[in-house]
Amino acid sequence: MRRSVNQVLESYAELRSLHHVPTASPSLAEIAGGRAPDREYRINADGVGIAVHEWGDAVAPPLMLAHGGFDFARTFDTFAPLLADAGWRVVSWDHRGHGDSDHAHLYSWDADLRDAAAVFEHAAGRHAVPAIGHSKGGALMIQLADAQPYRFASLVNIDGIPSKRPIPDVAEHERTKMLVGELTGWLDHRQRTAGSQRKPGTIDELAKRRGRMNPRLSTEWLRYLVTVGATETDEGWRWKLDPSLRFGGFGPWRPEWALMRLAGFGVPFFGMLVEIEEEMGWGTVPDDVRPFIPEGGRLEMLSGVGHFAHIEQPTEMAGRVLDFLGAPE
Amino acid sequence: MSTEFVIHNRCRLALHTLSAGDGRALLLLHGLGERSPGTVPVFAQRWSGPVVALDFTGHGESTMPVGGGYTAEILLADSDAALTHLGEATIVGRGLGAYVGLLLAGARAEHVYGTVLADGPGISGGPSVPTSQPVFSLESVDRTPDPYALVELGRDLRPPDYAATFSRMAVQRSALDEPITVVARFRPSWLQAVVEEPGVAEAGSIAEALVSYRS
Repeated sequence: MRRSVNQVLESYAELRSLHHVPTASPSLAEIAGGRAPDREYRINADGVGIAVHEWGDAVAPPLMLAHGGFDFARTFDTFAPLLADAGWRVVSWDHRGHGDSDHAHLYSWDADLRDAAAVFEHAAGRHAVPAIGHSKGGALMIQLADAQPYRFASLVNIDGIPSKRPIPDVAEHERTKMLVGELTGWLDHRQRTAGSQRKPGTIDELAKRRGRMNPRLSTEWLRYLVTVGATETDEGWRWKLDPSLRFGGFGPWRPEWALMRLAGFGVPFFGMLVEIEEEMGWGTVPDDVRPFIPEGGRLEMLSGVGHFAHIEQPTEMAGRVLDFLGAPE
Repeated sequence: MSTEFVIHNRCRLALHTLSAGDGRALLLLHGLGERSPGTVPVFAQRWSGPVVALDFTGHGESTMPVGGGYTAEILLADSDAALTHLGEATIVGRGLGAYVGLLLAGARAEHVYGTVLADGPGISGGPSVPTSQPVFSLESVDRTPDPYALVELGRDLRPPDYAATFSRMAVQRSALDEPITVVARFRPSWLQAVVEEPGVAEAGSIAEALVSYRS
């Protein structure tokens, strides 16, 4: 029987509170409050194996969920079950090179879009379905909705609306020097990646490393993420993320171009930005976005949370999303 | 002609030596959908150093990747792998190779001694502003050129100011006063922006342009 949003959230809060009760040997999942997907499988996206993770009833209406850069679908282990328990079949996937998906020869924004379209096609055919995107996943969904609007019934964006990069007011030659530094750093990295592997370590070491990207998330959560986002080898745990992927970079793409696509949306849109800026976010502020919100769209600024709002406050975030989506049909 | 392979991440790239010689190498970068020439082109016959030619990823004898994902920046890293192997080089790029050569001239200005940008397939690239480009998938084939390379690199975004930034980087950091020479007669907006930058020369032919880059 489908439960109301409030029932789902109340039972989740109860479940979370239970985790504070000492038990003989609570698992990391219990401590962190994560729930594994109900189904996991792979699809072939033009030769690249993409790992798909689903929570909820297999015949419930699909709700697509796109993760951010350097994340993976299992980072939704607290957020996705709340949506599933409200009656959705939540479908997420690991971008190529992330999580359990194949490490590809090449990576690009277009390739990520193509892989995403393959997952939509597999999960929903050519039916319009709602989608949620966080961070890079939010920006990807904005572009996919522009290129293939027939796939989208509505779109929720969690701190994934890029805007113009905050470039310091520096002289032209200094700016050139900064770009040269980025370029040579990236090219040097490309020369080292053949056969390279992620650095091994203990669960605590990997959790500490990830903590630099996720400074507001609890140690318990980060330790849990290691168990679902890393592989245990003889030398220790290694993140599954392709070592050839590198944070930052350069290219002709301008973050603010996403806003131009956003303005033309023909489906309900709900965007959320966060008050607390973090390294992994774009630092977009409401004034950047407001002029481009499509007619009838919503934009909310979330106070007191950072870029990973859905992990920091899964119950509240799920409540907002479910309120916007309404009951599954 | 002899061929060796350089490694760029998961791809093996064919680097063909078309002729041996003493001194700085002349590195040829082919156009979109092409492969390295089998013999020394007429314009390079008076070059005293070795004449070498790179097959980009998905072209010629180089690895054909699975599932696409091409960008001009990936080809920049291809050509950087070749440049590292050679130490330093003068570059001649045709079409797509001209655009990649420009990126390399800016990124590795200390190791590139002159770059010639010539006409050839893929010189236009895609739009210079965002558009609603289709998301597509293609049938795989069993030999190069990779269809994904043809489509993705045939429509990659090339904003003129982005291209101009690379020519500025080359001019600021090269030992040459005019490290880039444009011989292409067809000039899409990215190339027109480059031509208008200080320190960018024009010439009537590749052979003429190479005269000023001989050591």
